[in-house]
Amino acid sequence: MSLLEIHNLHASAAGKEILRGIDLTINPGEVHAVMGPNGAGKSTLSAILTGNPQYEVTQGEILYKGRNLLEMKPEERAWEGIFLSFQYPVEIPGVSMVNFMRTAVNAQREYRGLPALTATEFLRLMREKRAVVQLDNKLANRSVNEGFSGGEKKRNEIFQMAILEPTLSILDETDSGLDVDALRIVSEGVNRLKSAERSSIVITHYQKLLEYVQPQFVHIVYRGRIVKSGGPELGDRIFAEGFDWVKQEFEG
Amino acid sequence: MNNGQSSEDVLKDLTSSEYKYGFTTDVETDIIPKGLNEDVVRLISAKKQEPDWMLQFRLEAYRYWRQQPVPQWGHVKVDPIDYDNISFYAAPRKKAAAGDVDPEILKTFDKLGIPLHERDMLLGKTTGTELSAVEASSTMAVDAIVDSASQKTTYRDKLAELGIIFCSFGEAVREYPDLVRKYLGKVVPVRDNYYSALNSAVFSDGSFVYIPKGVRCPMELASYFRINSSGTGQFERTLIIADEEAYVSYLEGCTAPMRDENQLHAAVVEIYVHERAEVKYSTVQNWYPGDKFGKGGVYNLVTKRALCAGDFSKVSWTQVETGSAITWKYPSCVLKGDNSQGEFYSVAVTNNYQEADTGTKMIHIGRNTRSRIISKGISAGHSQNSYRGMVKVLPGAEGVRNYTQCDSLLLSKTCGAHTFPIMDIQNPTAIIEHEATTSKINEDQLFYCQQRGIKEEDAVSLIVGGYAKEVVQKLPMEFAVEAQKLLSLSIENSVG
Ligand SMILES: Nc1ncnc2c1ncn2[C@@H]1O[C@H](COP(=O)(O)OP(=O)(O)OP(=O)(O)O)[C@@H](O)[C@H]1O
Ligand SMILES: [Mg+2]
Repeated sequence: MSLLEIHNLHASAAGKEILRGIDLTINPGEVHAVMGPNGAGKSTLSAILTGNPQYEVTQGEILYKGRNLLEMKPEERAWEGIFLSFQYPVEIPGVSMVNFMRTAVNAQREYRGLPALTATEFLRLMREKRAVVQLDNKLANRSVNEGFSGGEKKRNEIFQMAILEPTLSILDETDSGLDVDALRIVSEGVNRLKSAERSSIVITHYQKLLEYVQPQFVHIVYRGRIVKSGGPELGDRIFAEGFDWVKQEFEG
Repeated sequence: MNNGQSSEDVLKDLTSSEYKYGFTTDVETDIIPKGLNEDVVRLISAKKQEPDWMLQFRLEAYRYWRQQPVPQWGHVKVDPIDYDNISFYAAPRKKAAAGDVDPEILKTFDKLGIPLHERDMLLGKTTGTELSAVEASSTMAVDAIVDSASQKTTYRDKLAELGIIFCSFGEAVREYPDLVRKYLGKVVPVRDNYYSALNSAVFSDGSFVYIPKGVRCPMELASYFRINSSGTGQFERTLIIADEEAYVSYLEGCTAPMRDENQLHAAVVEIYVHERAEVKYSTVQNWYPGDKFGKGGVYNLVTKRALCAGDFSKVSWTQVETGSAITWKYPSCVLKGDNSQGEFYSVAVTNNYQEADTGTKMIHIGRNTRSRIISKGISAGHSQNSYRGMVKVLPGAEGVRNYTQCDSLLLSKTCGAHTFPIMDIQNPTAIIEHEATTSKINEDQLFYCQQRGIKEEDAVSLIVGGYAKEVVQKLPMEFAVEAQKLLSLSIENSVG
């Protein structure tokens, strides 16, 4: 069974149609890259998959693990293993990373019928995963994303991903704003999670991340549709030539 | 597209939470007949075996109060209080041997999490919050007051070794009359306002604290107020004196049973701070707020004031206000000594039909005096939440600084948040800063939490807790835990 099936997905925000018929199937173990010009609808797709209430599905359906995803609350989608590394991570003043992640982990465990982690067990888990993404201890002790630099926020997203171990991870431009070393560390974090059961959607504008994570599939989103799909060679062509030829092909 | 519970639903749950402290204690109570006149004032004084000067103080206050019109100000709607329908003195009858507390009362405080045994910890229970990671560990002396009478004050003897006096107000009148006489009414004069006059006439019990010169009080001092009887009011009177270079941290907690009637709590708290002394006064106020239709609840009409009399003295008020149908309260600082400092940190949460009108007054008289005001209002349901603050700088006060930050968080479309800042600056050297914000709960923050698997109601609670943190973390650890719990309690209870 495929992990995710999107059929003819139409979605809008603030009364404006953004997605106009997306079809996409993802099987367990696959890595899919999603590319496309600014404003094409890539982040909107990730918002729909995670249940962001600012967006409205007007047509189509999504099956996740065979279930109707659109009927699930955002938190239930998270418990079922969907994780989004936000393009713009949100700051939550006064809420410590420890408290935030402990609440998240224990909510997930409760859903899965597991006992809550004790403070000690949780701190051990934090320490272990912090090492994976080399996140500074002092960041882990601060309020969620508050006062983090752009790159630190992205690294913090991968840190959370490492803790929650999602089945379907969606990385929305996690590579943007990262320095060379951070990019490698983040990519390693992604690769570490790779398995026969787990899949990812990697939204990016840059080649480097794709070199690291090696997607089997590349999709081009333009004006709310997937207008072209292919293998890694499609990505290479975009990096060499840009999107103009895709736009022309689509319009012509 | 989200078919689950909407944010509106969660906020509705938040406003329909249950009050955990609404039980009553079945003890035999000595209640005097309802109504207020000179004979009642004399009766109260006699019951408390007071000296004549105390009776005269009360009578003068009563005669003044009787002539005053009911105050109309404050952004609150108070149903007229029928003073003929309130009993002004109620005290549990002592069943146990002298010095011991009635087992029923002990049970009550146990249920409230306030053990009245020395060496026990206050509020040391674990919670789901990170604060529980640090177990509350310090000892605390407790004065437990039910209705009009103090039941027990712990650690009295140990504190006495340092010259510290911590006892009920009633005992202080009998045992330390000179000290009481010297300071009573000096910070809040009898004629200060309608409710301070009423309190001065009929006050029941409260705490008395005296910290001698140069002594740092080694433990937190706490008073715990409990209204138990129906048809009564509670008129707390607290007096705290910090002599030169003394330090004390004092805490106050309050609860009451659930009742259909509106009960009156009209308190006066006076703090007198000498040169280089410091007093921290913290309140976690959780009087019964009334039901979700606005029936019942405590009217909390309070006058709290500190006088920084000496140079370099300091006072800080921290309050977390979650209870009461009506709160009318402006803990204030009179900064008379040069270089003295006043601080006010407040979180006021209102739900359902609660109304809170709270804030502070900073009166700068001395030179180089400084004040800081951080106020966070959180309103939900149909409640009204107002900040009322005054910063006054007198002509002789050179080099004054004030910083005021006043934030409002709205959790529903039907609640109201208001700010009434008044500045009266009569010296041009003053540097006054004022910031104010009003916001709704941030949808992006909410969604970010949910995307990580945090339930919507828990997310609201986390975000609100984060919003209040700047103030809550000013509380001593034991109370911070309790305050965090109180803030999210409503949401906790709405789940499952
Ligand atoms: N909440 C919203 N309300 C109104 N319009 C929106 C909203 N979110 C996105 N849009 C619009 O929808 C279009 C697609 O936006 P989206 O963020 O999905 O693009 P993107 O492909 O992620 O672009 P980028 O590469 O710049 O991140 C844009 O024109 C954007 O302005
Ligand atoms: Mg985007």
